[in-house]
Amino acid sequence: MSISAPDAPTRPSTSVPRDGGTDPAFRLRGLTLGYGAEPVIRDLDLDIPAGKTTVFIGANGCGKSTILRALGRQLTPTSGTIEVGGRDLARVKARDHARSVAFLPQSPLVPEGLTVAELVARGRHPHRRWWGGGDDDEGVVAEALDMTDTASLAHRRVDELSGGQRQRVWVALVLAQATPTLLLDEPCSFLDLAHQLDILDLVHDLPMPGATRPEKTNGDSTDRDGVAGGRRTVVAVLHELSLSARVADHLVAVAEGGVVAAGTPDEVITTENLRRVFGLDADIIPDPLTGQPVVLPRGRRKDFA
Amino acid sequence: MTAVLDRTTRSDQTEELVHELAVRRRRQVLRVVVGLVVALLAVMAVRVLLGRYTVTIPDFVAIVGGAQIPGATFVVMEEKLPRAVLGAVAGLAFGASGALFRRVLGNPLASPDILGIAHGASAGAVTGMMLWGLRGVQVVPAALVGSAVALAIVLAASAGRHGGIVGQRFLLGGVAVAALGTAVVTQFMARLTLNDAHEAAVWTVGSLSGASVDRILWLGAALVVLLPLGAWLHAALQPAELGSELAVGLGSRPVPTRAAALGVGTVLAAAATAVAGPLAFVALLSTPIATALGRGRPHILTAALTGAVIVVAADIVASEALGTVDLPTGVVTGALGAPAMLWILLRSRKVA
Repeated sequence: MSISAPDAPTRPSTSVPRDGGTDPAFRLRGLTLGYGAEPVIRDLDLDIPAGKTTVFIGANGCGKSTILRALGRQLTPTSGTIEVGGRDLARVKARDHARSVAFLPQSPLVPEGLTVAELVARGRHPHRRWWGGGDDDEGVVAEALDMTDTASLAHRRVDELSGGQRQRVWVALVLAQATPTLLLDEPCSFLDLAHQLDILDLVHDLPMPGATRPEKTNGDSTDRDGVAGGRRTVVAVLHELSLSARVADHLVAVAEGGVVAAGTPDEVITTENLRRVFGLDADIIPDPLTGQPVVLPRGRRKDFA
Repeated sequence: MTAVLDRTTRSDQTEELVHELAVRRRRQVLRVVVGLVVALLAVMAVRVLLGRYTVTIPDFVAIVGGAQIPGATFVVMEEKLPRAVLGAVAGLAFGASGALFRRVLGNPLASPDILGIAHGASAGAVTGMMLWGLRGVQVVPAALVGSAVALAIVLAASAGRHGGIVGQRFLLGGVAVAALGTAVVTQFMARLTLNDAHEAAVWTVGSLSGASVDRILWLGAALVVLLPLGAWLHAALQPAELGSELAVGLGSRPVPTRAAALGVGTVLAAAATAVAGPLAFVALLSTPIATALGRGRPHILTAALTGAVIVVAADIVASEALGTVDLPTGVVTGALGAPAMLWILLRSRKVA
């Protein structure tokens, strides 16, 4: 049932990132997760590559968010181990973990009266000293606001924003955390298609914190790995399949209490896998421009055709 | 290259904006704090100098300096000044306690008076007086035990399956505990030989009539320790405002911090109750008023100062409103607080 992700870079044109290659960002071994007596995930072995965007897909309630929650220390595994950057997650201090891994939950709470700038500054919490001071907080907050295009909202109250604006502000908060790894649980909820693409392209192209943001050389979305200094590791749970295929370097399909397929979008988005994971009949065609797989759901109508 | 330059300028501008907004917020908090300190000194001056027995400022200065003016010295040093100071410190404690409960429980109605914490402390104090003959500041440990029992009952009544306080159940638990505390106080009052009706009023509705140097010094010392601790916990709970998942993601440990903040909030409320009784609605009202003054952001210091202003102002009304009759201070805070609480209820329904 358990499938390990291939360690080698999978796209022929890709150069091996300095911090990627053989050392995965997360190494999951024999992992069993659950909330009560019945485990949601059973005996899972999985490697999540560093410096790449990994997307979990699967039906509602399949346990993809549960895996993400375990990576973000929201959930203690029933059994098994998680290694992050070669260290056992259970031994990492909460604060140290928050400096290397940021977690954006599905529905965070909006505190009363907080402005956007103040909310984003909350992302600096793990970097603060006990008396409240920290290094370069305002610079990092400003950068996070600029990256998410929310600088013009900085003075607005968060509870007065629209759903889409608010979602970008939440992303800005985890960016201000300046971690090499981002965990995003459905970061595109409440967003229209264009804004979904904005957010996904943004997190996909993120350089490591501290590095200056690289210029996009051209509009070719398939060639994104040539960033000097490596990219941040991004692990996201997404619902939209074609969008997942577009943004993911590494796709993981979760079903039946474990991982049923892991690899490049081409390898994972197959007719058989979609039937197995979602119970969905679909045709798959390559995107005429990028060659990424595009899912054309047929549902039950296929039986009549 | 131009693109890179553009981006740098833009980032600098944003950084300036972020800095400016942070400075503006700090100045605004400072303005509110200064304004509230001035307001507190003003109401205390009114309480001491004006009223049925008026004292001139030169006389007051002379009395505080040790001069013996027949009549005036007694009224100022034994009655007016202790009451004003005790009202201020008790209000500070109730206000800070309310801000901590509000932040931990995230509900506008979550405050030590609604949760029955103050009534528990009152019941503990009266029990101590009845069973062990405690008097004055000796009742403090008994009040602490009473408030701890009240908190434990509320927590047990509202705990969900995964621990922690869930939903609105703590409000119902609080109503029950408050009623229980009042029952204990009332039945002991019936048996206790309290000649002075004012002393009985301290424990049922709260009153500043028992003001003494002992009590002021004791509560002041408690505040010196508890206020900074409470302020630190209040700030440490900032990530928890974003929900427990994001708080964990930001590396804070919301569960022990919340427990510590509830503990400090309970001790603050119990300490204030032990010297001034369960002054109704002070803790409940100070946080929303301070939040409104701070343009939507609650701050524990402004909440504490607001509590102090409320108590001293209520005491002015209590001692002057009905001519020669001194009302217990808690009657006035209760009368002011009841409509205010209804207003909070109506407003929270609109938001939800």
